[in-house]
Amino acid sequence: MILFFILAALSVIFSLAVVFQRNPVHSAMALVATLFLVAVLFLTLDAPMVGFLQILVYAGAIMILFLFVIMLLNPEALERRRVFWWGLGSTAALVLIVEMAALLSAIPAREGRIAAVAEGFGSPEMLGRTLFRDFVLPFEIASVLLLVAIVGAVVLAKREL
Amino acid sequence: MVPLHYYLFLSAILFAIGAAGVVIRRNLIVVLMSIELMLNAVNLTFIAFARALGSMEGQVIVFFVMTVAAAEAVIGLAIIISVFRHRQTLDPQEMLLLRW
Amino acid sequence: MQQLVDQLIQEGYFEGVPKDFVYTGFMVLVALLVLSFFVAPLAGITSWLERRVWARIQSRVGPNRVGPQGILQWLADGIKNLLKEDIIPTAADKRLFALAPYVVFVGFFATFVVIPFGSQLIVADLNIGILYLLAITSLVVVGILMAGWSSNNKWSLLGGMRSAAQIVSYEIPAGLALLTIVFAAGTLSMQGIIKAQGWAPWDWLLFYNPFTFAAFFLYFTAALAEGNRTPFDIPEAESELVAGYVTEYSGMRFLFFFFAEWGNLYVIGAIATTLFLGGWQIPPITDHPVLVGILQFIVFFLKAYLWVFVAMWVRGTLPRVRVDQLMSLCWKYMVPLSFICLLGTAAWMVIWPQGNRVASFVMFLIGVAILGLFFRRVRFQIRHAQPVLYWKPYI
Repeated sequence: MILFFILAALSVIFSLAVVFQRNPVHSAMALVATLFLVAVLFLTLDAPMVGFLQILVYAGAIMILFLFVIMLLNPEALERRRVFWWGLGSTAALVLIVEMAALLSAIPAREGRIAAVAEGFGSPEMLGRTLFRDFVLPFEIASVLLLVAIVGAVVLAKREL
Repeated sequence: MVPLHYYLFLSAILFAIGAAGVVIRRNLIVVLMSIELMLNAVNLTFIAFARALGSMEGQVIVFFVMTVAAAEAVIGLAIIISVFRHRQTLDPQEMLLLRW
Repeated sequence: MQQLVDQLIQEGYFEGVPKDFVYTGFMVLVALLVLSFFVAPLAGITSWLERRVWARIQSRVGPNRVGPQGILQWLADGIKNLLKEDIIPTAADKRLFALAPYVVFVGFFATFVVIPFGSQLIVADLNIGILYLLAITSLVVVGILMAGWSSNNKWSLLGGMRSAAQIVSYEIPAGLALLTIVFAAGTLSMQGIIKAQGWAPWDWLLFYNPFTFAAFFLYFTAALAEGNRTPFDIPEAESELVAGYVTEYSGMRFLFFFFAEWGNLYVIGAIATTLFLGGWQIPPITDHPVLVGILQFIVFFLKAYLWVFVAMWVRGTLPRVRVDQLMSLCWKYMVPLSFICLLGTAAWMVIWPQGNRVASFVMFLIGVAILGLFFRRVRFQIRHAQPVLYWKPYI
């Protein structure tokens, strides 16, 4: 319980930093921290496999890609703050939070209780079984999607082929 | 054990922060990062529901969301690089060519 | 480990303290103990030994003043670095600059959690140990990019970018080579993989089939590249980039980077030992639990340290590769080869689900033959060059 609150507070702080840091590199570092904390939350929810995959895929690959592009383009000027958009965004976010809180508090607390799960829940065996038995077609489609993404990135980013 | 509500509420907050980032920030790279944050908030709900319902399907869906997030980041960054080559800016407000 | 803590709680040593706090406290205590009594001397002595080995290779003496044969040199270096002024350049991004060494260090140190030194001697036997290893080492990349960017220096930035590109690329062949072993052993847990092997060399997964044999070399090369070791040390190539991403660092923070680098060498050896070389498996010669534990530790430590020595040897004898050579080696040769290893092992397991003892034994004989040929060649070289050899290991 205490662990959850610490993790939750830290992840909210770092995700706020993602949005409000003016330097993109600082934003990216804060995002790495947030993703890491969310991965730890996955661990507390009996999803170790997905949690470590999250660290591997996000911190190890996607965020490195972001940092690379930031350093490659190296945009000099810090962006200007625009009061109108700033206000709009914050209001929208607050409205979103209040709405969701209202929705969530409408659920009776009894139904929100988390039940005990079977031994080995979230283990690689169970994940693999579900993935390759019930979700074979989506899995194959995902691999095709990744291939398309690779080809697309090369076509878009290369100066001349 | 932490109730399901708490996780859902946390992910709602994270999602809202990510959405605010998309609106507020004037840097395409940071906008993409905010989208990643939103995707992650959704992942957290999936994992929480998977745990609460005791079914592995939520975790498998997260697996696919990660795949899509990776593809999206790759394509998005490639587009950003090619746009930056032409316009020397990352501000989405200045990319008006296709607006009307 | 967990049983011990549970027992202590049961006996009422921690009345009124939440259970999680007790566990966390013990984890921190164990981490501190391991850090100060195992990892620090290990990295330090490795640094001393590496300098002595190079000196031997290059016909020099090497550090031999502090303590017997200079074995305490690492302590002197450590104290010197601790006492130095901690310089942060004015143009640097202060927070990230200060944070980067610790991120790199945590990424390396956290790997010790899953390294099995004996059948009982492991901090946590996670059932996804290998995935944990791959995930936690990716923190190192983030730390290196942080260091390179925040120094605000072109050498640092170039070094950081090179290093990140190199680590991200070489993670693929290394990961695929590890997956080959996961296929063969049928588990992701480090202890499970060791238990799938035996004490005899022909029971090791190295000789399971020709593909795992090849995967071992792929893993070792890729791991050297991931650890930024010569011949793949272009991120810190002195002749091109001063010192790469550590250019602006001094004192303690500098030490942390090198601490991680030398400690990482041992981690590479330990992973190779666990996955391919039978880990702590010893022949059944005794039943005494303490004696068995000590023997297991010694066997594991020596096997792992052998690879540290090989890495030093490689560093002392091979020239550095160019950046484009490095990338083409990874993407054009090592990635396809590691895919072949993976698919080959899968096919092997379809044909012989229980493994093939004859093939293992033949692979073992081939391995011995390769080693024999290598040493014959070394002997020929030594005879041919007629160096003045003196067998005293010191001067």
